[in-house]
Amino acid sequence: MKIDRATVEHIAELAKLDLTDDEIALYAGQLSDILDAVGQLEQLDTGAIPPTASVLPLRNVFRPDRAQPSLPRDAALANAADSAEGQFRVDAVLDDAGEG
Amino acid sequence: MLTDLTLTEAQRKLRAGEITAVELTQAHLDRIRALEPALHAFLTVTAERALDAAAGADRRRAAGKDSPLLGIPLAIKDVLATEGVPTTCGSRILEGFLPPYTGTAVQKLFDAGAVMLGKTNTDEFAMGSSTENSGYGVTHNPWDLDRVPGGSSGGSAAAVAARMALGALGTDTGGSVRQPAAFCGTCALKPSYGRVSRYGLIAFASSLDQIGVFGRCAEDLAALLSVIAGHDPRDSTSMDLPVPDYTAALTGDVAGLRIGVPREVFIDGMQPAVEQAIRAAIDQFAALGADIREISLPHTEYGLPVYYIIAPAEASANLARFDGVRYGPRHAQGALWPTYKATRGQGFGAEVKRRIMLGTYALSAGYYDAYYLKAQKVRTLIKQDFDRAFGDVDVIVAPTTPTTAFRIGEKAGDPMQMYLSDVFTLPASLAGIAGASIPCGVDEAGLPVGMQLLGAAFDEPTVLRAAHAYQQVTGWHRRAPAL
Repeated sequence: MKIDRATVEHIAELAKLDLTDDEIALYAGQLSDILDAVGQLEQLDTGAIPPTASVLPLRNVFRPDRAQPSLPRDAALANAADSAEGQFRVDAVLDDAGEG
Repeated sequence: MLTDLTLTEAQRKLRAGEITAVELTQAHLDRIRALEPALHAFLTVTAERALDAAAGADRRRAAGKDSPLLGIPLAIKDVLATEGVPTTCGSRILEGFLPPYTGTAVQKLFDAGAVMLGKTNTDEFAMGSSTENSGYGVTHNPWDLDRVPGGSSGGSAAAVAARMALGALGTDTGGSVRQPAAFCGTCALKPSYGRVSRYGLIAFASSLDQIGVFGRCAEDLAALLSVIAGHDPRDSTSMDLPVPDYTAALTGDVAGLRIGVPREVFIDGMQPAVEQAIRAAIDQFAALGADIREISLPHTEYGLPVYYIIAPAEASANLARFDGVRYGPRHAQGALWPTYKATRGQGFGAEVKRRIMLGTYALSAGYYDAYYLKAQKVRTLIKQDFDRAFGDVDVIVAPTTPTTAFRIGEKAGDPMQMYLSDVFTLPASLAGIAGASIPCGVDEAGLPVGMQLLGAAFDEPTVLRAAHAYQQVTGWHRRAPAL
């Protein structure tokens, strides 16, 4: 699988990562190499094999819907780069033109 | 020297009143101060807090109280949340982060009386095999400072091998306690997935991550696992199963124990000294009366490609939370999405970005079935290999790594070469089974070789029993680096 620059830029956009031109070139080559190695899996016929998402026989865990002690608000906000009025503060989500 | 004691020897001396927790802790802090400039095993040393905790342990003992790890100084990998103590995951994106709570495994150590010496270095977000991916500098191997300690728990492995701590916690997603233990000549156990609560372990790959323990002998691993194992309502993947007495499993007897040797692990390209050491260890088990059987794990070679789809895919989702909003530095750009991209682009290092990209690609529209679903199906085949094998044998013996510790920088530019150093540890992680690494020899340069002992899910007692029996008749685990 050959990964080109445009694909790297598209993935970086999905993953919300600013990449430099050098990084884009580097990752295009390295992701291609890694996916080539992963292509080895195609040798195996897995048509009748169920996927394993977890090795454990997990079931849903239920509990009564009662309030439990939780982090004080000040503690939850203490590591934030910016907060105001008891909330995390972020840059504008919508720009002036109303587009996200 | 107090730092040459094993954890269990130190426990006995503390209980007999021959030493105090303050003396023991001070000896380790002195050793850390002397060796840190050369090794860089720690990201944070909590000296004052450690001495306070040790003094508290001594007071409790003077008052007639005892607990399993009362006064025992330990090191904690910096991916485990510790309230009020910096927790960075080796990443610049968490620089300055002070967790508001302590994770369950670490809290259990504290409740058992343990003294935290500090937080140890790691590949960024536990992604790596050398600690070279740390955002805060590489850790050096105590046996040869020009070589890597392995990774990702390289700081914990180096600290225990260099006698800077009596034991340590690490984490293992694809080999990250076993591989550095092998490279540093110390012991480590990755418990079965579900054995230890992961609450407070900052997530990398949630279907694989497991907290593990480092120590200088099987007895020490058993003592630590006994404290941290068990169900936790805060982690729905921690199983509600009884915790056996791991120390009681150390009978010293392996007569009749069925030990499997997979034919797939003696591969071309393996360092001859590693193969020789493993074969000698197998002979040793045979001499102890174990029943040695050749077995097959036919899908071993697929562990690497399966892992390098599943782990990055899960990582790409887990690491979405690092966006400069709730923790870590923010690179503000005046609008939200550009801020996310700048914060993440500048905050993450090269390997983490590479894996986020790989995982995002594998999960993206049109590729999910070809990569992620395919990998999950082959994961089933790998798990079935082990299920079948453990029908015939009690324990599997294999090399932990194909080579001894490599040089710093040797594989840093080639991700695939780096990933290959985990080729023998990945299958057990994918199957969720128990696995230990213990020293079993040295190569021509005197670098340690590690032997992997694998057991069925939740059969840590048999893994520890085999390791302990081997250590009763061999001395590899007692070798210390000359520092």
